[in-house]
Amino acid sequence: MIVFDNATKIYESADKKVKAVDRINLHVEEGQICVFLGPSGCGKTTLLRMVNRLIPLSGGAIHVNGKSIESFDTIELRRSIGYVIQQIGLFPNMTIEQNICVVPKLLGWDRKKMQNRYDELMELMGLNPDEYRKRYPWELSGGQQQRIGVARALAADPPVMLMDEPFGALDPIMRERIQNEFLRIQQNVKKTILFVSHDIDEAIRLGDKIAIFKAGQLMQYGTPDEILSNPKDEFVEDFVGGDRALKRLTLLTVHDLFFKLKHPRKLNGDARHSGSPTIDMETNLRTALSVILSSPTGEAVVADSKNNHVGLLNLHDFEALADIHPFELKSSV
Amino acid sequence: MKKRSFTEKVVKAGLLLVIAGVVVWAFAAGSFQLMIDRPGDLIYLLLQHLQLVGLSALLAVAAAVPAGIIVTRERFRKLQWIATNFANLGQTIPSLAILALVMSYLGIGYQTAVFALWINSLLPILRNTIAGLENVSPSILDAGKGMGMSPGQIFWKLELPNASYAILAGIRTSIVINVGTATLAFLIGGGGLGDFIFTGISLYDTGIMLAGALPVMVLAVIIDFVLGKLERVVIPKGLQRNLETL
Repeated sequence: MIVFDNATKIYESADKKVKAVDRINLHVEEGQICVFLGPSGCGKTTLLRMVNRLIPLSGGAIHVNGKSIESFDTIELRRSIGYVIQQIGLFPNMTIEQNICVVPKLLGWDRKKMQNRYDELMELMGLNPDEYRKRYPWELSGGQQQRIGVARALAADPPVMLMDEPFGALDPIMRERIQNEFLRIQQNVKKTILFVSHDIDEAIRLGDKIAIFKAGQLMQYGTPDEILSNPKDEFVEDFVGGDRALKRLTLLTVHDLFFKLKHPRKLNGDARHSGSPTIDMETNLRTALSVILSSPTGEAVVADSKNNHVGLLNLHDFEALADIHPFELKSSV
Repeated sequence: MKKRSFTEKVVKAGLLLVIAGVVVWAFAAGSFQLMIDRPGDLIYLLLQHLQLVGLSALLAVAAAVPAGIIVTRERFRKLQWIATNFANLGQTIPSLAILALVMSYLGIGYQTAVFALWINSLLPILRNTIAGLENVSPSILDAGKGMGMSPGQIFWKLELPNASYAILAGIRTSIVINVGTATLAFLIGGGGLGDFIFTGISLYDTGIMLAGALPVMVLAVIIDFVLGKLERVVIPKGLQRNLETL
C-alpha cells in the first residue's frame, strides 16, 4: 500500500518557486496498478521518483506499507522497490543473468539462490533461461530487453514497483503484446505498482486506478471506467479524448450488455441470421460494435463459451448502455 | 560489412608495403650490416627507448586517469576546465619546445626526457577518460541508482567498465605517439633510438639513420598490436561489439 500525504516538490530557481508536485494526496491499494497519467511536464515522473527518493520531498510525506520513506536508509529503500525506466537501462557490460541478479547480489544472496531466481523469472517472462544466460543486452531486441528490465525489477521480489513509461519506446504491436504479458505476470505476482504513462489507452488497459495530473496537481483519481464515464472537468475530458465513450466500450464485454438488456433477442433458428458474424461473450464491446457495423445484416450472433448461439445483438441494443450506470455494469463482470 | 573489410585489407596492404619499402631501403643503405656489426648498440638503445616510453606512459596513466575520474565527479566538475587546459597546453606546445623548456629547469638527461614525454602523453589519456566517463548513458546510471547501488558501486560496476573502451583507446593512442616522440630524447641526452637517427642525419649517413628509424616504426606497429589485444582482454565482453565493427 502506498499513501501520498500532501506530497510536494518545489524547485527554486533564481527568484521564483516552481511547484512541480503540488500537495498530492493519493491512496494506492495493495496489489493494484495505479497509472499516473498526464501531459509531459505535469509532474508524474517527479512524483514517481519521489517514492524511492531519487528526488527528495520538499513537503508532506509518502508512506510505503505503513512506513514513511524518510524512516528508511535511502539505499535500503531503493533495494526494496522495483524500478523500471523507459530507456530500460540494462547494464551493457553485464550478461543477462548478471543484469537480472543485480539487486539480489547487492543484498548478498548466495549463488544458488540467485541462479534459481534467474531461472524462475525468465520462465515467468516466457524466455528460455539457458539461451540468454550468457548473452549481452545488445544482442536482444527492444521487446526482449524491456522484458529483462521488468524481470530485473522483480528479482528481489519487492512488494512495490515503480515503472516510468516502461513500454513507451516500443512499437505499437510489440507494446500491446508486452502489456498483455505484463498483466498476466501481474496476476501471478500481485505487486503494488505505480506506472507512469502519457498514453490514455495504455492507462485504460493496465490501470486498476488512474490518476490524472496537470501542472503538478492531481485532477482526478478513479477507476478507468469512472474517468471515462464521468470526467471531472474540461481538462480531463479533453485529455481522455472525444472518443471516450468508445474507449469505455473496451472496458465492457458483450456479456455485460447482453444480460442488461430488458428483452434480449433470442435466436430461433431463423435462416435470415445465417449471414451474421458471430461474437463471443468475452469480446469487448468496442470490437463487438465494430463487428456489428460491418455486418451485412446489421446484427451479430452472440455465442457463449461453449459456442452455443444464445442470442442476437444489433446497434439499437447499445442504447441500453446510456441508461445503465457504469458501476452496475462493472459489478456484473 | 564486406566493403569495410575490403578497404581494411587495402589499408593493411598499403601499410605493409610502406614497411617493406623502408626495409628494402634500409637494406640498400647498409642499415642491417650496421645492426649485425654492432648488435649491442642496437639492443641497448632499443631497451633505453622502451624504458623511456614505458616509464612516461606509466606515469601519464597514473596521473591522467585519476585526474579524469576526479573532474567528472559532481563535486569537482568545476575543476574540469583547469585540467583539460593544462593537458591541452602540454599537447599544443611542440614536443621539441617542451624538451627545451624542461631542460632549462631539470637539466639534461634521462629524467628530463621522461618528464617531457609525460607532459606530452597526458592529453589523449585525460581527454578520453573524461569523454568515456561522461558518455556513459545516463539511463544506466539512473537505473543503478534507482535499484539501490551506492556511489562506489555505481563507479566500479557501471561507470568504469562502460568507459573502459574510451580510456584504453586514449592510452593506446598516447603510447603509440610516444614511441615516435621519444626519438627526440637523444637531443637532451636522454638516449633511445634517436641516437642512431640524429647521428645518421648529422653524418648524412642514411644507413645509420634508418637503423634507428626502422626499429622505431616496427616498435610502434608491434606496441599498437599488443595493446589492441590487451583491449580484448580488459574490456567487458558485452562492450566488445564496438571492437568488432571497427
